[in-house]
Order: sequence, then C-alpha cells, then structure tokens
Amino acid sequence: MNQNVINVVFAGLGGQGVLKASDILAEVAFAAGLDVKKSEVHGMSQRGGSVSSDVRYGGKVASPMVPECEADYLVVLDETQVPVNEGRLKEGGCLIAPSMIDISRLQNPKSLNVALLGALSARLEFPRDWWIEVVKSSLPAKLHEMNIAAFDLGVESMK
Amino acid sequence: MYEKQLLSGDEAIAQACLDCGVKMGVGYPGTPSTEILEYFSTLGGHSQWAPNEKVALEVGIGSAFSNARTLVTMKHVGLNVAADPLFTVAYTGTDGGLVILSADDPGMASSQNEQDNRNYAVAAGLPMFEPADSQEAYDLTIRAFEVSEQWKIPVLFRITTRVCHSKCIVMRRTPASAPGKPHFERNVKGKVMVPAFARPAHRELRRKLAELAQYNNQSADLTVEYRRGDRLGIITSGISVQHSLDAAPEASILHLKMTYPLPLERISKFVDSVERCVVVEEGDPWLEKQLRAAGLHIGGKPEMYRFGELSVGRVRRLLNGDVSPETAPPAGKPPQLCPGCPHRKVFDVLRDMGSIVSGDIGCYTLGVMPPFSAMDTCVCMGASIGVALGMRQVLPEEEARRVVSVIGDSTFMHSGLTGIVDMVYNRPPTGHLVLILDNHTTAMTGLQEHAGTGRKLDHTPAPQIIIEDVVRAMGVDHVDVIDPTAKPAEFTGLVARRLASNDISVIVARRPCILALVKIRQYENLNAEQGAK
Repeated sequence: MNQNVINVVFAGLGGQGVLKASDILAEVAFAAGLDVKKSEVHGMSQRGGSVSSDVRYGGKVASPMVPECEADYLVVLDETQVPVNEGRLKEGGCLIAPSMIDISRLQNPKSLNVALLGALSARLEFPRDWWIEVVKSSLPAKLHEMNIAAFDLGVESMK
Repeated sequence: MYEKQLLSGDEAIAQACLDCGVKMGVGYPGTPSTEILEYFSTLGGHSQWAPNEKVALEVGIGSAFSNARTLVTMKHVGLNVAADPLFTVAYTGTDGGLVILSADDPGMASSQNEQDNRNYAVAAGLPMFEPADSQEAYDLTIRAFEVSEQWKIPVLFRITTRVCHSKCIVMRRTPASAPGKPHFERNVKGKVMVPAFARPAHRELRRKLAELAQYNNQSADLTVEYRRGDRLGIITSGISVQHSLDAAPEASILHLKMTYPLPLERISKFVDSVERCVVVEEGDPWLEKQLRAAGLHIGGKPEMYRFGELSVGRVRRLLNGDVSPETAPPAGKPPQLCPGCPHRKVFDVLRDMGSIVSGDIGCYTLGVMPPFSAMDTCVCMGASIGVALGMRQVLPEEEARRVVSVIGDSTFMHSGLTGIVDMVYNRPPTGHLVLILDNHTTAMTGLQEHAGTGRKLDHTPAPQIIIEDVVRAMGVDHVDVIDPTAKPAEFTGLVARRLASNDISVIVARRPCILALVKIRQYENLNAEQGAK
C-alpha cells in the first residue's frame, strides 16, 4: 500500500449519509492496515444544514482535519454543496458529484452515498471486496443488495 | 491480546471506563460529550442521565465517596452549572477515582460560547489531563483514575470537539490497578466541609498539587518530545499537537498530556534547547500565561487565533505571526427546524403576535431563523424564564405584556423548575406566560431521554415526572396542555387570553419530535414486550 497521506473530504446535507460514507472509507483504509483518522462536526447539522467529514489515511496521520486546499478527493452528495466545498480541493484534485452518476438507475435515492463511494473507489487502490465487506458490516442486511448495486453503478460511472 | 479498533475519542473514553471497572457513569447530554455515556451503556456499563450537571456531579461525588470509580460527563458550559460542588470536592477529595470530564467546543460548532475550561483546573485546583487523539483519550482515562485514587483527588478531563468526534486507531490494554469494592468510610473531617474542617482541607489540596507537579515532571510518558530541529520549538497539548506536527515538520514539539499542574522543569529544559519557542493552543492564552508567569521566554499567538478552532493552516499562520485577515470559509446551509417539527406552529404564532420571546437552549433556538424570526434572547439553560421575569418586572406595561418564555422539556427538567419558583414567588404585575415545548426528548443533542420521558438512558422504562403536575403543584394560576400543530386556532386563542391577563400561566405545547417518533415507538414496543414476559 502507498504510505503517502491521502485526503478525502465528504460533504452534503444533514440526513444524506455523509458521515456513513466517510465511516465506510475510514474502515476500508483501516482494514488495509493503514493509519487513518476521520473528523467531523455533528450537532446542529442534523437539522438539514451543511455537513462535512474529513478522512485522512496513509503511513502516519497527525491532524484529523484535511488541511485547507489539500483534499485529493472531494465527494459531494448534494449539488448545492459543490460551490461551498470545492475550494477545499488541491489543484488537480478530483471532484466526485451526483451529476456523474445516472441517479435514475438507483433503486433508492438514499443509496446515493454508497454509489458515490463506488465512484471514489474507482480512483483508489483498495480492492472491491474490501469495500463490499465494509458496506455490509455498516448497513442492515435488508439494505445490502440495494447498496451493492449502487456501489457498482458508481464504479461503472467512472469507466 | 486485544485487537485494534477505529474509535472516536468519546467511544475510546467509554471503552477505557469499561476496561478499568468504572461503576458509575453520570452526566447530562451536551454536544460533543453525549456519546460517552451512551457508548458506555451499550458496552454494558452503568450510565444514567442526571437532570443537570450539578446533580450529575453530586451523584458522582456520592458514588466516589463510596469508593466506586466514577465518571461524570458534560459539555463545557455544564461545568459552570456543576461549579459549586466542583470547587469543594477539590477540598474533600474522594475515596474511589473520580474523573470529571467536560468537552470544550472551540469554534462553537453547537454551543453558545467557546469558554476554555482549562481555567477551571487553576480556579478549583484540580489536576487536568488533555488527550490529543482517541488512543490518548483511552490511555489517559485509565491514568486519570489511577492518579485520582493515588492522591484521593478528583481529576479534570478536558477534551474538545475534534478529539470527541474524530475517529482514530485505538489499542486497548489491561489496567495496572483494579478498582476497589464500594463501601462507605466515615471521615467527618475529610468529608464535612464546615469552615473548621475546610481550612486544613484547603492546605491539604495545595500539598497534593505540589506533589502532582513533581509527579508530572517525573512521568516521562506524560510529556513527550518530538525532536526534529533546534531552531523552533512548539509547546502544545490536545488536538493542537496534531496540527503542529503537520504544520511545522522542522520544529521540535513538546506534547503535554497532563496540563495542570504543569511539568515546569521539563518545559524549562525544552525552552532552553531551542532558539525560539512558541506555545500553540486553542482558546485562551492559558499555557502561555502560566509559562510567562514562571519566567520562561516563550512566544504566544496573535489575539486573532484565540477565536475558533485551530487547523494545520492556522497553526502555520500563527507560527509566522501572520495577522492578515483570514478568508472565511463559504457559508453552507444553516440548520433549520425540520419540516413537520412541532415547534414550527408555536413560532408562527409568536411571530404573528409580535411577542418578545425569551428563548432557551435546544432545537427550538432555531426559532430565531427565518421564516419565524421569533426569538429575542437566548443565554443559557433555563434562562428563558428568569430573563423574561426580569423584563416583566421593569418594562412598561404594554411591552411587559408581550414577553413570553419558551423552554423545552429537557431544559425545563435541567433548570426550568427554579425559574417557575421565582415566577410564583416574585410575581410580575402583568403576570407571565411560560411555554414548555414538550417534544418528549432531548432533541438537539441527538434524542436522549430525560426525567420526563418515562425512559432511562438505555430507553428501558423509568418513573416519569409529569410537567403539568409539577407546575400546578408549585402554584401556577393556569396550566394547559395542548398540541399546537393539531389545534392551531385553539392554541393561538389560548396564548392571547393568557397574555391579556395578569395571571401567571404555563402552557405545555405537547407533540413528539418528528425525528424521535419512530424510535419512541420502537422503545415502547420493546418495553411492552419485555413487560409481557
């Protein structure tokens, strides 16, 4: 595994599964044996306000917050939150947004967060099996099939 | 052999409490500290919500007086409420370990101020630990109990939002010392703080603190040095350690884990070992002032870095003495009352009536946002009632008559009761109206139970305090219970009638929180099933 620190920022609105998506990435990096830190601010955000969560992983991570303008990847769950957060990307960083996915093919719009993780996974070095395993352990069994389909739709969108 | 886990700071503290045999976890919910007791309960530990932080600490003192390891949790402002017992339990000390945890919120992600609770360590004279990540939160929790029991002194545990809510890798361990068995040992001179006993107790406290300063100097693992160069040295603690490690790769860093009393000998040697030494800390220039008072030549931060959280970028600027204006991050979408929130109708009515709304702490503080714009003051838990009564006493009649208090059910249990006492006792000439917005939960902090919900912290059944019965018993003239969403016209008429009279009235606006509804149903079904067995 690459030991350089990779910075990923997730952003969206309260209730969209921003924190769940960042949890899943953190667990995948953890399963890869890397150092990982994840940071977020909750509280009032559950009333529909803006939410963001930072994940950093690599050989050794110090600050849990992605430094200003140093995000390698920015995953945004709501298009309105793109302009609010795109300044966090480093030059040449990769934006992953809902417009990159054919949302009409999602069985349930609630699995958008996992679909975007699929899209992100196409750019990262973790094998699909690890992602699927963490998706399964993070969500109730009745949601597995729907979310695995969403994940694969995301992967496909990046091809 | 334990396996590594990915845990938030809050979870790591709960895990440490379980691993070192904590018998009692007690607190009041408050972001970002809430999850500690919830997770401790999930792990099988005994957790309970107190009506407020003062009672929580008092329960904690009793438990620790009885030789049980005890954790008391609250957010930073909660320690203000608990300050009365805090200052005197410093004198009495305890038999079992007592760790008093308060979570600061620099930058005010969800708080009404960004007070720096490190000041309490100096003010009360209590040792203090400050973890920098989840692993340290785990290790220092166990250490705090050991120190508390060795010196028979409560320990302050100061964490911040970023430590509470950041997840990092944690390795558990088996604690060196086992907890004692609960029992009460009579020690009148030590536990009854009348002046004759308190005077020697204060001297004893200062003696303990002098010993603890030596302990801190001599504990190599409580002050860690990252030697990376001789030109710049950084003295720091808590989350600022992490930002400093990233922001200044050439700087040597002195990482303090126990920040009161300070290991001044260790710090002094470090200052001498580098050309320039700077303190990096969030909040007040607290370390900086103590080190300057000790005669150390250190630099601090420009005043602008006293406000808000630090980050890698801000630490870089701070070290460069950069005081140029910072670019504010683009504003996101502010939080709002949920669609379907039962508070919405109440604020529609208060706005349309042109009320002067004395507000309180909770989701309903969002009544200040458009389209309601129906809140005029909000200071602290319970202040809605006292502040409104002060207004009613001095305002001219026409204005006084427009004043309304708005308080939630959990906040009412926390510190609304004494406000009602004042309303009955010092009755304003125009009377008063208190609206208790009862949504059956502590919504803002994430749907916790309280004494009025009929369920305990773990959502199993508990005796229920009935709000309307309590205020009626206190001598309020009119007490009504109504659902404003279901009966808007009746509610509007009732508010108008009460405001027109010179009576003192309480209206309980009752309808469950829309987010809590499904969960409450689940708990009730589960509790009914358990009851049937």
